[in-house]
Amino acid sequence: MKLLLAFVIGGLLCVIGQLFMDLTRSSITPAHVLVGFVTGGAILSALGLYQPLVDLAGAGATIPLSGFGHSLAQGAIRAVQSKGLLGAFAGGIEATAAGIGAAVVFGYAIAVVFNPRS
Amino acid sequence: MNLEQQRQQEMQKEYHVLVEQIKPKTRVLRNCILAFLVGGFICLIGQIFLQIYLGQGMGEREAAAATATTMVFLGAFLTGLGIYDVIGKYGGAGSIVPITGFANSIVAPAMEFKREGFVFGVGARLFTIAGPVLVYGFLISALIGIIFYLIR
Repeated sequence: MKLLLAFVIGGLLCVIGQLFMDLTRSSITPAHVLVGFVTGGAILSALGLYQPLVDLAGAGATIPLSGFGHSLAQGAIRAVQSKGLLGAFAGGIEATAAGIGAAVVFGYAIAVVFNPRS
Repeated sequence: MNLEQQRQQEMQKEYHVLVEQIKPKTRVLRNCILAFLVGGFICLIGQIFLQIYLGQGMGEREAAAATATTMVFLGAFLTGLGIYDVIGKYGGAGSIVPITGFANSIVAPAMEFKREGFVFGVGARLFTIAGPVLVYGFLISALIGIIFYLIR
């Protein structure tokens, strides 16, 4: 059941991204979609609207980049509670450090080892 | 005869108008269905990893971070093998929105511009798309933190 919900909710979030690309100006690139999802996810999360989606769909809500925005927002809020104002600057980055670190390490290693196909 | 030709021309014109009306819509629908299937499938794989990590006794937040890391690795690796490009050709936003697409956006330009050297080639191009994502992500998170600090 959880697997099905992850599939459906994750799929629907991607459909929102696809509609963005197909129905708006043609200057919308993947970079715009990713920035939009992170920002949108963070705002929804701060308003308390994203956590219910995570509880419902698990990875279906955390794997799309809006889930990255959710981690950033919740990290900042948690850190403000424990450290005060300094937490606002550190919290989001602390909460997402594992993912970002992994992206740089794996990304670098694979870009060096492999060559483009075309 | 002349009338017949005229009518035929009109019919062709109407047909073209009809085609133009329907064509982009079916393309959008097709793209959306593919994005749903591909994006959903990627999230399904993520959910399988999440449940494995949770089953090993990890906390919810740790398990989510471990899942994200695993998916980043898979996205980067499939990009290196050239497989993610194929997925992206059909999946559209379904291959961009998941975190595997974020990994793809890091590896693909870095790999492409390797000949420009390890600093301005690989090092800089890793962040061609990831850079803006992190900049706006960190900005909005700091902003949310500051607002929360002020209203709490």
